Amino acid sequence: MSTETKAAAGRDTSRIHNIGYRSYDGRRLGRAYARRSLYSQTLRGSFGLGRSAKSKVLPMLLFGVMTLVAAILVAVSMVTPDSTKLVIKYTSYAIYLQAVIGLFIAAQAPQAVSRDLRFKSVPLYFSRPIERADYVLAKLAATASALFILTGAPLLILYVGSLLAKFDFVDQTKWFGQGLVSVALLSVLFAGLGLVMAALTPRRGFGVAAVIAVLTISYGAVSTVQAIAWETGSPGAVEWLGLFSPITLIDGVQTAFLGATSAFPGGEGPGAGTGVVYLFVVLALVAGSYAVLMRRYRRVGL
Amino acid sequence: MPIQPSGLTIPVARATTVISVTAVIATEALSKRFPRVTALDRLTLDIGPGVTGLVGSNGAGKSTLIKILLGLSPATEGRAAVLGLDVATSGAAIRERVGYMPEHDCLPPDVSATEFVVHMARMSGLPPTAARERTADTLRHVGLYEERYRPIGGYSTGMKQRVKLAQALVHDPQLVLLDEPTNGLDPVGRDEMLGLIRRIHTDFGISVLVTSHLLGELERTCDHVVVIDGGALLRSSSTSDFTQITTTLAVEVTDSDTHPDGTDALRQVLTKAGVALVGQDGLDAEGLPGAGHILLVEATGEETYDLVRDSVAGLGLGLVRMEQRRHHIAEVFRTEQGAAHTVPAPAAGAVQQAATPGPYQKEGERSR
Repeated sequence: MSTETKAAAGRDTSRIHNIGYRSYDGRRLGRAYARRSLYSQTLRGSFGLGRSAKSKVLPMLLFGVMTLVAAILVAVSMVTPDSTKLVIKYTSYAIYLQAVIGLFIAAQAPQAVSRDLRFKSVPLYFSRPIERADYVLAKLAATASALFILTGAPLLILYVGSLLAKFDFVDQTKWFGQGLVSVALLSVLFAGLGLVMAALTPRRGFGVAAVIAVLTISYGAVSTVQAIAWETGSPGAVEWLGLFSPITLIDGVQTAFLGATSAFPGGEGPGAGTGVVYLFVVLALVAGSYAVLMRRYRRVGL
Repeated sequence: MPIQPSGLTIPVARATTVISVTAVIATEALSKRFPRVTALDRLTLDIGPGVTGLVGSNGAGKSTLIKILLGLSPATEGRAAVLGLDVATSGAAIRERVGYMPEHDCLPPDVSATEFVVHMARMSGLPPTAARERTADTLRHVGLYEERYRPIGGYSTGMKQRVKLAQALVHDPQLVLLDEPTNGLDPVGRDEMLGLIRRIHTDFGISVLVTSHLLGELERTCDHVVVIDGGALLRSSSTSDFTQITTTLAVEVTDSDTHPDGTDALRQVLTKAGVALVGQDGLDAEGLPGAGHILLVEATGEETYDLVRDSVAGLGLGLVRMEQRRHHIAEVFRTEQGAAHTVPAPAAGAVQQAATPGPYQKEGERSR
């Protein structure tokens, strides 16, 4: 039966050259290449590239807000008469715009991991040469890179603007460098926490809500308790309370080591001693996120 | 090299070179025990090149076996080798040479088939240009044309199955593991998929291990069938052994004025022609709709189909259906362990199979 239909189709003029199956004898680039491919696919996907127009809207909008605000601040700094530096510190930028960063990670962490879990594409990855650690590292690195682009681009605008305004080159370069280190740390921390939340909630909507909740509720709670502690005359507690939310952790680290001005009540961030604890907690959270993600993918759902 | 108009020469040559390889899959006393269940129980298999069917009811250990063969789950005891590579030590090397098509849905709905398969090709290690070329080729081979640029979310089940098959073939593996590829397909889609699986070996030169809980549909596609139950080997033999069991043909006809009981008239004609009937007077007593009007005939070959068709036409009756009743796993249990053995698990499969019209059903074919 099937041979008849095949012969009929063969006589069709639209199929002149049936070149048959061609085998592939070319190079196979293996595990490291597969990991890089997954990294670039996830990073591009974080900004909606290679996906539908609808999924480009939110990340591009947030990226636009981040850079636009930086451009406005540069303009303000330039037109202010007799100004010798920018109206904002490099290290303060991410703290002021934390809501935008929070929205970005809340929207994009689920697209990085929940899609594969929800549509069960994960077995397709693990039936290929990559290992579990490759998958987790690629996703983590790609999300951190996306956040770094989001938070680093406005700093670059500020830096270029400050050089055009002929502010002091040495000072600006030093502060810009400190700002980049700070947002790099923030990117890795937020990526780790965001991916853990998203990977534990396969439904995308829940993932978005969970990330927003963890970031805003913890920040709201910490800053409220900090304010109460400050008002009731126990300023010593303020610097320790900052350990309990991601954004205040970054604030603490950059206040202690990167010359930032703390946004804590009273403007008193941790000193170098407490700063080490802050840095340790940040690194522990990143390592913990990696461990949780590895555990999450331990059972391959074939 | 001149362009081959038929395209047959090259694939055939390739297929013969593959046959020279000895065992594609070999397991030795392979066991997998979980705290409460034994998924595989000292399974020893030796699967050669070609299309091999792995049949077992749900929970028989098929998926566990595939996981171990891909090097994703360590065996409790025993050894297994795929393409001559030990699964315990060379998992990554095996996965580079093997394609896997899962049973369940695994496709994101918001990307096109092309984008998805290109990505999966790169995940298998193909350079970007090769990944794009192989994707275009493979999607064409599985029968996806213009629709491959549309998001997968809008595809039919049959088209999704083709995309799943394409991602398993895109890196030109030496072996593909297909887990229930006909699940959820209508009869036409089922036959197309089975034909495609056959071509994977004959035209592409790739060995195939295909699982199913329906023995009948694998019979026509596979060179070799392995039946497992409860993690243990029940039967392993070439398909020709299975097909020696004659197939049963279900025939249903209309009544006419000259033959008020069309079924009975046909039975007399067929009996005179020397065709053996199955069961009690050849009547289907399974209690399905139309039972009592369905004649079960033993088909010895293509001649039987022609004979039934000519007999019906000669009587001036309408042929409502003529379908092949496929064997299912329960029959293997009966032949292996005696008729007294009852099998509760594959009952669902049996019902589904009986309700599914076979390839020989010619609905609407009327003699006048």
